[in-house]
Order: sequence, then structure tokens, then C-alpha cells
Amino acid sequence: MLRGGVIMDVVTPEQAKIAEDAGAVSVMALERVPADIRRDGGVARMSDPSMIEGIKEAVTIPVMAKARIGHFAEAQVLESLGVDYIDESEVLTPADEAHHIDKWAFTVPFVCGATNLGEALRRISEGAAMIRSKGEAGTGNIVEAVRHLRSILGDIRRITQADSAEVYGWAKSLQAPVSLVQEIAETGKLPVPLFCAGGIATPADASLVMQLGAEAVFVGSGIFKSSDPPRMARAVVEATTHFRDAGMVAKVSRGLGEAMRGLEMAAVETKLADRGW
Amino acid sequence: MYSGPKVGVLALQGDVREHGAALSELGAHVVEVRTPEDLAGVDALVLPGGESTTMSLLLQSSGLFDPIADRLADGMPAFGTCAGMILLASEVVDGRPDQRSFAAIDIAVRRNAFGRQVDSFEAEVDVAGVGPVPAVFIRAPFVERAGAGVEVLAEVDGHPVVCRSGPVLVASFHPELSGDLRLHELFLGGWEI
Repeated sequence: MLRGGVIMDVVTPEQAKIAEDAGAVSVMALERVPADIRRDGGVARMSDPSMIEGIKEAVTIPVMAKARIGHFAEAQVLESLGVDYIDESEVLTPADEAHHIDKWAFTVPFVCGATNLGEALRRISEGAAMIRSKGEAGTGNIVEAVRHLRSILGDIRRITQADSAEVYGWAKSLQAPVSLVQEIAETGKLPVPLFCAGGIATPADASLVMQLGAEAVFVGSGIFKSSDPPRMARAVVEATTHFRDAGMVAKVSRGLGEAMRGLEMAAVETKLADRGW
Repeated sequence: MYSGPKVGVLALQGDVREHGAALSELGAHVVEVRTPEDLAGVDALVLPGGESTTMSLLLQSSGLFDPIADRLADGMPAFGTCAGMILLASEVVDGRPDQRSFAAIDIAVRRNAFGRQVDSFEAEVDVAGVGPVPAVFIRAPFVERAGAGVEVLAEVDGHPVVCRSGPVLVASFHPELSGDLRLHELFLGGWEI
């Protein structure tokens, strides 16, 4: 049960321990954090199974791992390793330019990225158990994640005002199944939890996206690219819990040292969020 | 405006909103509890599912651990589900060494006893006095030992999964996710005046 928690990217068992000690609800096991994938270039793939197993051994909280978009064989390998969740992630190099993984074929739950409501509903129709904003991973810049959250939640609010005929129009324009759009019209929320990922670098970033309506927070490069990872990790956990309490966010933000340096969007050469269909 | 009791939901992490919705539907006045001040005004407390290690850390940093322990010692009714069951137990098996619990009910609980996420399952559980309820088990704990004063209300494969001791009720699954309100009703009915 990840709601209200922080999921942290880790590349070693030692980092996984730091994350668990700081109160992470889950860790994402990967070989390089998104900022390094961005810097190094080349094809980014599923992590080495022995590395994922080492992290599973190190902690008692659930462990996630990433498969490439459409790469169901990587997902099969991750499921056989007993990971707790699979992230079909745009941070890795896509393996299929038209199809995502048929996630109904698996028992392990999947989390998938989305930039808008249509994308979110297509992933849910393929069997995703959780949706996260894509944001722009590895930038330490929250602007894209905010755009994606506002787009998803704004359209949900608008659909609750639609009449029954307009619901069909929404399904058409979102390129999403009518049944899911009808469900949103009735309930006013996604049928699965909505998390935020991509660019969270400070406790105030976590507070911002939780106030906008995210139900949990992924922090990729933001923890272990900061100058004091154990303190930053703890501070983001506290800010995610006490996200409406500005005094508390101020308290945990004091003297954290440097956050990750970050990138202005205009300087980003490859937009990872454009991956996925 | 509210006729029902004031029920707090521990809102450090986990299924806070879902528990709140279930309790509101039953007429309770729901308060999210993140600070000792929030706790002071409530008649009872629900401890939701989530990660017990995370909640245990946040209970201490928020200064809530001792006030909740004091209220429980004074007989405050409490309902713990999944991780919340672990927090209320007198003994935690397979937890982290620094993990603290409230010992509000005399049970030993094994963490992640039903396995990892891929072993999560849904089942119908027959709860004594309630009947069969749909139950969602996610990395769920079960009770390894129940003390003399503890009523076992339901079992799965011979392991207790719902227990009660006075005003304290625990379940190893997530009743807040199934849309069935009967366990929340059982909890409120156990002490509500």
C-alpha cells in the first residue's frame, strides 16, 4: 500500500538501506538514475537481475524495477525474479513503437507513466494498476510533472460536468475506452491510484504535487544527486506526509545542502515524456 | 452538523482517504490525524494499511507515538488494518529491529506473512457475527499467537486474520478497498454510545 508515501530510485543495496531508513514505502532498483541515463546516452535497458536481487535482499519494503515500453520479455524476467511492481518506463529506451505491454497477462502489478488522461486510460485498459505522471525524469525540474498532473486532474474534473452524450465525445478525443470515461464521469477519479514522478527534487516539490492531487511521489535522481542523501530522503518523506503544513515543510527544508543541479527544459535534448503511445 | 462520533484516521501514510470515506458513510465525523493536536479531539482512531516501517518512523518524528500509546492505554477504541494491525500488536515478527508497536492487543503478528506483492490475493472471509466479507490481502500479515483475552473472529488457512480485544479491532486485510462497510460498522458498533 503505497498511497501517501515516497518511492525512491536506488542503484545499490546501500542506497536501498538509506531509503528504507528514511521512511521510503518502496524502492525502484535500477542501474543508473535518470540523470545519469540522460548524461550517458546509449540504449537504457532492464537492470542486471543480480543487482535487483541484491536490493531485494537488503530491504523489507517492496521493490520495483523498470522494463522498457513494450518489452514484455523483460517484464517476464522481472516477474520471475519476484519484484513487487514493474514500471513500464519511458526512462528506458522503448522496445516497441506502437504497443505497450499487455499487462493483464501478468500477476505482478504495473505502474505506467502518462502525460494526459487519454494516455492514462489507455494504460489502465492494458492492465496498469497504478498511473504516475511522466514529468521529465532526470531534470530535477518539476514543471513537466505539474503540467501532466494538471492535465489529467483537470480533464477528470471537466468530465464530471459532461452529460451522457458528451462522455462519448470525451472518449473519442482522449482515444480512450468509453467505459473508463463513463466510470470517471460517475466517480470523479481514476479507477487506480495516481502518483507523481519526474523532476521532484525538494520537499516543497513533494508538497506541491501532493496538494495538486497526487497520491504518492516518486523521487528518481533527486535524492542521491543531492549533497546529503539521507537528510534529503527523510525531508521528502516528511513533506509528503505533512504536505499541507507549510511550517513543517519549512522545518524539514532547512539546511539540506544542495538539491540536484537540474536542467531548464529548453536545454533538454531528449524529451523522455514523448515516449509512449 | 455531525451526529456521529469523532473518529480519527492516522494520516501519516497509506489508505487514509478510503477509510475516511467508509467512516463518513456510516455517519462518523472523520478527522485526519497527523499531529498530537489532531489526536486530542478524537473519540477513536483508525490505523490504516500502508508500510508499517514508514509509519513507525513518522509516528516518532511527528511526536504522535507517545500520545497515541497513552490514549490506547486509557481505553481509546482503535481499528487497525494491515499495517495498522501490526502497529497495534504486542509483538511484531519479521519487522525491522527499530520498529515500535503500541501493544494495544495481545497478539504476535508476522509481517508480510502471506508473501510479497505477487502473492497478494482477494478472498471471501467469514467473520464471526458479520458473515462472509470480501477481503483484499496485500503483502498481508497474519496473527501467529493470540493471547487469552483475544477473540479470533476470522481465519484464513488456520491463521487468524480478524481479532478483537475490548474496543480494539484488527484485520490483516484492507476492508476500506472492497466497498463493504460491515467491518467499519462492527468497529463503530463495538463502543459507540
